[in-house]
Amino acid sequence: MHTIVAIKQVPDTTHVRIDPETGTLIREGVPAVINPYDRHALEMAIRLKERFGGTVTVLTMGPPKAAEALVECVEQGADRAILLSDRKFGGADTLATAYVIAHAIAAIQVEDPADLLLFGKQAIDGDTAQVGPGVATRLAVPLITYAMRIESLDPATRTAIIHRRIEQGIEVLETTLPALLTVEKEIATIARAPLPNLVRAAHYRPETWDATTPVPFDPARIGIKGSATIVSKAFTPPRKEPGERMSVAESGLTRVVGQALQRLVTAGVLSSAPATAPRDESNA
Amino acid sequence: MTETPDLGAPRIWVLIEQDAGQVHPVSWELLGAARRLASELDGEATCVEAVLPGYGVRHLAAEAFRYGASRVYLLEDPVLALYRNLPYALGVSRLAQTYRPEILLIGATTLGRDLASTIATQLETGLTADCTELTIDPKLRILAATRPTFGGNLMATILCRKHRPQMATVRPRVLPLPEALPRGATGEILAVELDLREADLPVRRLRLIPGAERLNLEHAQVIVAGGRGLGGPDGLTLLRQLADLLGGIVAVTRPLVDAGWISADHQVGQTGKTVRPKLYIAAGISGAVQHRVGMGDANLILAINRDPEAPIFQIAHLGIVGDLHEVIPELIRQLQTLRAGDSP
Ligand SMILES: Cc1cc2nc3c(=O)[nH]c(=O)nc-3n(C[C@H](O)[C@H](O)[C@H](O)COP(=O)(O)OP(=O)(O)OC[C@H]3O[C@@H](n4cnc5c(N)ncnc54)[C@H](O)[C@@H]3O)c2cc1C
Ligand SMILES: Nc1ncnc2c1ncn2[C@@H]1O[C@H](COP(=O)(O)O)[C@@H](O)[C@H]1O
Repeated sequence: MHTIVAIKQVPDTTHVRIDPETGTLIREGVPAVINPYDRHALEMAIRLKERFGGTVTVLTMGPPKAAEALVECVEQGADRAILLSDRKFGGADTLATAYVIAHAIAAIQVEDPADLLLFGKQAIDGDTAQVGPGVATRLAVPLITYAMRIESLDPATRTAIIHRRIEQGIEVLETTLPALLTVEKEIATIARAPLPNLVRAAHYRPETWDATTPVPFDPARIGIKGSATIVSKAFTPPRKEPGERMSVAESGLTRVVGQALQRLVTAGVLSSAPATAPRDESNA
Repeated sequence: MTETPDLGAPRIWVLIEQDAGQVHPVSWELLGAARRLASELDGEATCVEAVLPGYGVRHLAAEAFRYGASRVYLLEDPVLALYRNLPYALGVSRLAQTYRPEILLIGATTLGRDLASTIATQLETGLTADCTELTIDPKLRILAATRPTFGGNLMATILCRKHRPQMATVRPRVLPLPEALPRGATGEILAVELDLREADLPVRRLRLIPGAERLNLEHAQVIVAGGRGLGGPDGLTLLRQLADLLGGIVAVTRPLVDAGWISADHQVGQTGKTVRPKLYIAAGISGAVQHRVGMGDANLILAINRDPEAPIFQIAHLGIVGDLHEVIPELIRQLQTLRAGDSP
């Protein structure tokens, strides 16, 4: 069983702050992490390896620094890691990104065909959720997005049963393999990396592929050149007139809350009757 | 579909999303946007058209006409009875290769995101996801799709200059629902053969495990929302008490979902839901742009935050600078008193 996992290194958005003076992003000190969904995808691949034997390959397209993320994947249990890194890959939109990843996966498969391709459901830096579908489409393999459970998988008959979250509930799908799944976090809970992995990772250097070696990429389809979209402008959203503001420290708790309630009553947003609106069941 | 039809006027297409014969309202919201874009482009000359894939859905064309489509491409086939990526994408992509729309708009729903990415790849074109605004660039006369970006407190306007169609997805409730035309509004139905066989399709639905009753945040009148300032899952209990008193629903910012305190369907914002309640209470929420785009259209926003500089105060109609762990219990207490006074 060979599983290929695509991962992305992203800024940890929970540490991102906005400078209130300038309204811009404070980038300093924002750590880079593996896109959280991708870690769960990798964990799923490792579970499958434990069950069926075989290998797990991880790959990422990114700057040289993204090699750190790949080493972390080896710690977690990946066997082989490939960094697709070249200035010419830079500035890619999802169309060009998916081309590069699909082309690389096709090249890996020449020697070692994959049974399963795993992607995160989305990357938290841009949240486009387009790269996985783009790669599946280019490789002409079945696509299952928002996968949350692998009910069964049979490498011999090359079929799998996958649970997928949709608005109406959970869809149970049967697919042929190889297939590409984009996964939710529930797909697998992350276990602590065993010691031998840590030892191996300490000496591991990911392979680096650039735009020409070991496989040539079509120069017209990578980076900015291969992108269909461009950012024409970026701007801060227009500010509204600030509203009325009260301070507990200045006016006291009871008074401030009383005034606020009064305003809500005047605005007609408080029904004076107790709650009769549909209750939020999932609150319970 | 080999012959090229007379392409005539430029077209803007909207994908009509339906499940078991029920149209997702985002499709109508998009038809409204398409009409506006058409008139920004050149008024009468641009056609607004709908693409309707499914099985046994012909009757929905009439509704599409009422929301302004002049033509409906009806893709009906048993293999389209339930949504599946491949047959839906192939159907729409082939149609687009024949009729060459300038713009293709799709709802940013689970179905729409899955489908749009595949179509964009099949057509080798650009796709801008989760737009909050669609306009026509006055100089270039092409679609200008605006979405919030990670560049910080920023919005980015994205263009697709050379590739066609220009594709965009928009989340439900971001755009207003347009007025429907009176009954009797009509247009042309163009039925298109799909030419796919079930045996050739790699994915099959075995069953559906129905979800719990959907949490209807999008249409809630009162929302009591909390962010990291809640301090922990216990803070949510406080929010729920207030929400119950107000007949409202609890919502949260993304970090709370990421931390596993509450399920993702409670999240408001760019990657959560877009809401338009009468009252939105934002407690312990800083007001990052990704959150604001989901709730900025609420009629009345009451912010509670102990940091007077928090950006949420820039959009709040009413702000309380203070600790939510004091303010909310006091709100609950005074509300109960108020209510007790109301009843005889
Ligand atoms: C691509 C992308 C998509 C995103 N999508 C979303 C989205 O859909 N929805 C979303 O919400 N976020 C989203 N985010 C995250 C967003 O950028 C912010 O990180 C997030 O909204 C911040 O959440 P918060 O306000 O709860 O936390 P914080 O920014 O940490 O703010 C906490 C606030 O609580 C206040 N506070 C602390 N203690 C108290 C107290 N005791 N009493 C009163 N106030 C207190 C603090 O002053 C602070 O202002 C997205 C980010 C990215 C990059
Ligand atoms: N640069 C990249 N390198 C490798 N995988 C990527 C890259 N960008 C996106 N992906 C994969 O595609 C998924 C969806 O990303 P996105 O479409 O950017 O939201 C991620 O969870 C990754 O699995």
